[in-house]
Amino acid sequence: MAVVTLTINDELVSAQEGQTLLSVLREHGIQLPTLCHLDGLSERGGCRLCLVEIAGNNKLQPACVTPAVEGLVVRTHSDRLVKYRKMILELLFSERNHVCAVCVMNGNCELQWEAAKVGMDHVRYDYLNPSLPVDASHERFTLDHNRCILCTRCVRVCDEIEGAHVWDLMGRGANSMMIADLNRPWGESQSCTSCGKCVQVCPTGALAQRGSSVAEMEKQHDFLRWILDGREKNVWEYTDAKSN
Amino acid sequence: MNRADLAAMAQREQDRQDAFRCRVLCCASTPCLSSGGTAVREAIEKAIKDGDLDADVQVVSTGCMGPCSRGPVVTLKMRGAEDVVYEQVTPEAATRIIQEHVAKNEPVKEFVFPNDAPFFAKQHKVVLANSGQIDPESLEDYVARGGYTALAHVLREMKPDEVCESITRSGLRGRGGAGYPTGIKWDLVRKSQSDKKYVVANGDEGDPGAYMDRSLMESDPHRILEGMAIAGYAVGAEQGFIYVRGEYPVAAKRLERAIRAAERRGLLGSRMVDSQFNFRIDIRIGAGAFVCGEETALMASIMGKRGQPVPRPPYPSQSGLWGKPTLINNVETFGSIAPIILNKAEWFAAIGTDKSKGTKIFALAGDVNTTGLIEVPMGITLREIVYDIGGGIPDDRAFKAVQTGGPSGGCIPAQYLDTPVDYESLRALGSIVGSGGLIIMDERSCMVDVAKFFLDFCADESCGKCAPCRVGTVQIYKLLDKITRGAATLADLETLRELCVMVQETSLCGLGQNAPNPVVSTLRYFYDEYEAHIRKHKCAAGVCALNEKPMSPAVVAPPRPKRKVARLDELEAV
Repeated sequence: MAVVTLTINDELVSAQEGQTLLSVLREHGIQLPTLCHLDGLSERGGCRLCLVEIAGNNKLQPACVTPAVEGLVVRTHSDRLVKYRKMILELLFSERNHVCAVCVMNGNCELQWEAAKVGMDHVRYDYLNPSLPVDASHERFTLDHNRCILCTRCVRVCDEIEGAHVWDLMGRGANSMMIADLNRPWGESQSCTSCGKCVQVCPTGALAQRGSSVAEMEKQHDFLRWILDGREKNVWEYTDAKSN
Repeated sequence: MNRADLAAMAQREQDRQDAFRCRVLCCASTPCLSSGGTAVREAIEKAIKDGDLDADVQVVSTGCMGPCSRGPVVTLKMRGAEDVVYEQVTPEAATRIIQEHVAKNEPVKEFVFPNDAPFFAKQHKVVLANSGQIDPESLEDYVARGGYTALAHVLREMKPDEVCESITRSGLRGRGGAGYPTGIKWDLVRKSQSDKKYVVANGDEGDPGAYMDRSLMESDPHRILEGMAIAGYAVGAEQGFIYVRGEYPVAAKRLERAIRAAERRGLLGSRMVDSQFNFRIDIRIGAGAFVCGEETALMASIMGKRGQPVPRPPYPSQSGLWGKPTLINNVETFGSIAPIILNKAEWFAAIGTDKSKGTKIFALAGDVNTTGLIEVPMGITLREIVYDIGGGIPDDRAFKAVQTGGPSGGCIPAQYLDTPVDYESLRALGSIVGSGGLIIMDERSCMVDVAKFFLDFCADESCGKCAPCRVGTVQIYKLLDKITRGAATLADLETLRELCVMVQETSLCGLGQNAPNPVVSTLRYFYDEYEAHIRKHKCAAGVCALNEKPMSPAVVAPPRPKRKVARLDELEAV
């Protein structure tokens, strides 16, 4: 595969052709906030947090779906981008009922981390405070729509990795909702294998282990790499993610 | 069927029509039917029967004739005389028209809509040439007016690259809104290497107040099929799809019939018009999502997936339906193809302005005397459209603004009425040509309320995939609502402006990127109105309730005095 050279924040950087910009940035230690992206799943380009400026293109491009090509000039942390990331996070917080203090993921939540990292300390928009249900019909897991940010990681992991496609979206716009099967209680879903992959990839407290209390939930993503390495490269060694 | 058969078919149909002394064309499009068109047609048929005129009078149901607010419209074609258009025909009037005009050749003057009225005189019909003139369910009628000869000519006399080059020379630009040069798009798809390619016609029109595409599909379906087949030949595709909005069942039915009729006669399908070329067209019907008018969402919907956009690039010309190169154009763009081929590219390029060629169909709606469907040359001024074609504002009220491009466009205030309507001029004013909706507003409209209406629409139609559009449109709507309730402060105005720019720049697809346009353009031209709502609690048009007060006691919080804080190193220096 050809090697290409790009300019990122005024520094020359080499990358494999076709690699996504996001992976190039991560290799070079440039941190961009992401919520819908997860290594091992297909890209969605929906959270818009990884938007970058590309010279010669008047539109901002999401790094997760933009391929690295020769001569690309990229800027990742301009004032405008930093401001927009903050605003998008404010919008996400205003959309549903993200009350960290009583959330199972408090302290471990990706939404919370990203907000802390960009310095989002308050929300200037009115909270929409929708009245949303909690689905606790499953014997091992719970789904709290109030915490869902509609990143669809659960949809993708269930479809692409587990192959069950239990999850999908219902409705549109701000009324979108995660549904199991054709909108039945999760516990009654006939396609669900109770594997728990969706719970582990969920960035917030929307999907959680049943019985966990405030700040008790912690999630592991490394199983994804392990499954994919096994399937694609026939490597079945489980290395601890922390030692990586 | 070959070219000789086509000519013979045209001649037969022409002879058949010429045999009638008089042809009565009744508009059977949705606006006329909803104002009583069916009863009018029945009255006409009864009057003909009673007057024993069956033998030399033919009644035809046609598509849209244009002046929709003056429906039901009936056109009388007497042999050897000019066409006479009757407006606001009642069943009684229809009976009189037959008894007096058809039988005795005495036009019923009080119902005549004069042919030389600016409504007709200022129009230039290219795409709509057959609308209201032919029976949309009759292939013969279309062929008698030169239909399918452009396709036959292309298949026989032109190479694919020549077709693309001809469209490029004509200067035709996409009629769906963005105005991308059609010829260049065709050439991109033609040059893409693939075993399979697709052609898609976008008939998922959804802007409030716009119905150009519906009317075209209902009034002249064969024209779209012919344009698509020519495109298929030019880019090397053998399969086409027409994506029809779910709310347009009549359009879908007529297109379906048209496809079957054309296939039966060998004008579509395998080895069409006696050539080596095969082209199939299938219909796909939408399920009511506005976002499916966006090309990537539309293709997702055709493939049976959830109608949500995906990031571009890759563009459909590289990777579209099922990953294959796909040409996607608006139905109006396809409707322009046959005339360009028949009359040559130079003829088309001579119409319009320097950069925007040809004609554009607009749906004139709102506070204007004659609303309806018009086709005008590019470069016509807004004043001509509003005051000449539209006949001005009812009761001589003052013109306030015109919203072009639907919820994705912007408003244009009175001082720019003499702006020529073309892609660049409207863009310079912060609006777009868009698909062609023109909503005229008079002094009784409150611009904050108008912006709120469009944002309500966009928030409702946002697909929910990307966060800025999904939540941003709702928040913009809420801020506008706050202003119309009287609960807003000037700080909210700043939040609103900032949020609009953010949603424009960060959203995934055209819906989100353009959703704030109505707010941005009203803020640009009617800032005073926003300010009056907040500072004076006054809505000049008297539309907004303004019955609430802002939460904070001061409408404008005085800026805090900036205190100079000494930095650490400065302190140490002391």
